[in-house]
Amino acid sequence: MIPEIGQFALILALCLAVAQGVLPLVGAARGQERLMRSGTFLATGQFVFLAISYAALTWAFVTSDFSVQYVTQNSSLALPMQYKVTAVWGGHEGSLLLWVLILAAWGVAVAAFSKALPREMLARVLAVLGLVSVGFIAFTVFTSNPFERMIPMPADGTDLNPLLQDPGMIAHPPLLYMGYVGFAVVFAFAIAALIGGRLDAAWARWSRPWTTVAWVFLTLGIGMGSWWAYYELGWGGWWFWDPVENASFMPWLTGTALIHSLAVTEKRGGFKTWTLMLAILTFALTILGAFLVRSGVITSVHAFATDPERGVFILGMLAVTLLASFALYAIRAPKVGLGGGFGWYSRESLLLANNALLAVACAAVMIGTLYPLVLDTFSMSKISVGPPYFDAVFTPLMLPLLFLIGIGPTVAWKQSDPVQTYRQLRYVLVVSVLLGAVWPLAMGAWSPLTALALMLGIWIILTAALDMRNRMARRKGRGGAAMVRGVMQPSYLGMHMAHVGLALVVIAIAMVTTYEVERDARMAPGEAVSVGGYQFTMLNVGPVEGANYDADRANIVVTRNGREVAMLTPEKRRYFSQPEMPMIQASLNRGPFRDLYVSLGEPLDEHAWIVRLYYKPFMFWMWTGCILMALGGFLAASDRRYRLKARESSGTSQRVDTAAGKAAGEVG
Amino acid sequence: MKKRHKRLAIVLGVLAGAVVATALVLNAFRDSMVFFVTPSEMVAMEEIPDRTFRIGGLVEAGSVQRDTASTLVMFRVTDGAEGVPVVYDGILPNLFREGQGVVAEGRLEGDGTFQANKVLARHDEEYMPPEAQEAIERAGHPSGAGGGYDSQ
Repeated sequence: MIPEIGQFALILALCLAVAQGVLPLVGAARGQERLMRSGTFLATGQFVFLAISYAALTWAFVTSDFSVQYVTQNSSLALPMQYKVTAVWGGHEGSLLLWVLILAAWGVAVAAFSKALPREMLARVLAVLGLVSVGFIAFTVFTSNPFERMIPMPADGTDLNPLLQDPGMIAHPPLLYMGYVGFAVVFAFAIAALIGGRLDAAWARWSRPWTTVAWVFLTLGIGMGSWWAYYELGWGGWWFWDPVENASFMPWLTGTALIHSLAVTEKRGGFKTWTLMLAILTFALTILGAFLVRSGVITSVHAFATDPERGVFILGMLAVTLLASFALYAIRAPKVGLGGGFGWYSRESLLLANNALLAVACAAVMIGTLYPLVLDTFSMSKISVGPPYFDAVFTPLMLPLLFLIGIGPTVAWKQSDPVQTYRQLRYVLVVSVLLGAVWPLAMGAWSPLTALALMLGIWIILTAALDMRNRMARRKGRGGAAMVRGVMQPSYLGMHMAHVGLALVVIAIAMVTTYEVERDARMAPGEAVSVGGYQFTMLNVGPVEGANYDADRANIVVTRNGREVAMLTPEKRRYFSQPEMPMIQASLNRGPFRDLYVSLGEPLDEHAWIVRLYYKPFMFWMWTGCILMALGGFLAASDRRYRLKARESSGTSQRVDTAAGKAAGEVG
Repeated sequence: MKKRHKRLAIVLGVLAGAVVATALVLNAFRDSMVFFVTPSEMVAMEEIPDRTFRIGGLVEAGSVQRDTASTLVMFRVTDGAEGVPVVYDGILPNLFREGQGVVAEGRLEGDGTFQANKVLARHDEEYMPPEAQEAIERAGHPSGAGGGYDSQ
């Protein structure tokens, strides 16, 4: 009975979404206030019914109702309770239901926090979100119904994929979907601006916090996925250039470009049409991502079971979105106008370079991801494009971008002078180059690319520190409190925080790719192997039992200079549901400057096993960097000016940055 | 700068960027594209090309030899018609089994053995690596559904 309620609620939500996609739009076109206001009510209703539907599916999992096919496929009686709750998004159908629920939640949030928006604008934004909802809910109902019954009902389920039975996997999909779906809001703002033919600084100020928050979630989602892959897959990899990773990385790249382009639109009224284009492209890339993951065209850890019908549906959705948006763009974008001019060396021109580099990087990732698929589809030949391609293309594009991050925040809007920048930053430049050149020597081996990456990482951190110091110095006359307030302004501090986070990630990548040590060794009890200056000694291997698996567990003691550092216990698990598919559970000792990492391979004879040992430097910096980026984004989005100014400028006022000269500080 | 000149400068800048990016992409493609060959095609090769390949097929039953004193392992990959000996140093994927689908990436040595630096097997119960399936089909032995593989 409960699953039927869930199904019914889902269909009702679809009906409400259709109404939400049509009525406010008609109202805005005809100037009918009641129709325009219906958007808020319909968005709330849609969310409520989707929440009921989601709760019904969760109930089916919690009570192990195996008459529901999706529950049978993703749960079992022995599955621990916390994983029963999270198994709801462990497969295609349920994760799609989570997706539409989050989409509806964003809609409600827009309705609740955008009271200051002009009512036509709000009506159009909610209508576009309604249309997006129609697409995804219809996709769920017609191709991927999670409430499908299964008769006769099996006695037990086939269990959740053991790889997903992990805390990292609990958080990864919801964070990622929050990000993906958040860009639908930005898309809705862009389409609303195109329909209304009005795009000014106020519009940019409304859109910015939403974009930034969506970007924060996408950053966290990608970071969490990487963190999970690092320890759970057991082979110490944190980024594989897997098509599904790329699917989430492409909108991240254009989303990052969009954040910076919006800064220009808000502060200087520039880049208007480009901002709109980026908003449309970013959303289209999230749909492309859904296609790559859910159509079965690619095979990876992420891919869900194959069903051509689903792929066709999503491709159709992508085609409709692109056709409709680009048609609207072609007709309306000229009306929006280009915005103010700027000199060849100015913050605008640097942000333009930032956008160009990010867009090209995204295109390069897309070519590497789609080309093998296209080739295979037309049966020309089967190739694979692996990490060497992406490393070769991506690195040279990112290096200049990292250099620009150091300069950008110190350069004035509209017109500036490179000589002035040089004077301001020359000492920092020298220090960064020296430190970056010496650091690899301290690590034991020198390579030009590593040194360059470290220089750029240090460069970003030092220029951020210098810029904050200068900002304080400029306010010296106004007392200590004003000085602190100047640097503590959320959007300014958030920008530097995110940049420093990126710097930490860059340093971590340089360090771990250059200095990691990996070794496959045959180890019998009592034998020792040395990796990265650490001595790994195998004590024994014995059986252990878990809730829904049994395992072999090795006890390996790690010492350095005779002192015990850690006891590592890698396991090889056999889940009862999949006895033919053993899973490795790696064991890690994490530290601020290095991780020690062990996974258990296969037994060679009665005593000896093949064991894989890793020394992984600076991994901690990678995760810290991701968190800093996300915190910086949250901080920037929380800036009060987005709320206050939105209220006063809901008319036509265009804020002009009078301090366009030296003092202009913030991009975040 | 006049407006027209500025526009020209921007267009030229964008063009230059596009050229550089295209060059990067093409160059990277040439160096890092990995072609897939079947065991039959590999055996039929007249000269040994100096590049990385992927080879796919089934692990020939009874062909797996593990050296218990080191981490070396040897096995044969077959498409039903021809077989190629493969040498690999390290841990095999969890679902590596005799008689099951496998994909190996590496180089062909002068003595006809395939020196693998990466071995992929299926990642769940039902599916066969698409490349392995294709190899068997190209050799004229139809088999089951395509699906995922587990890399390591």
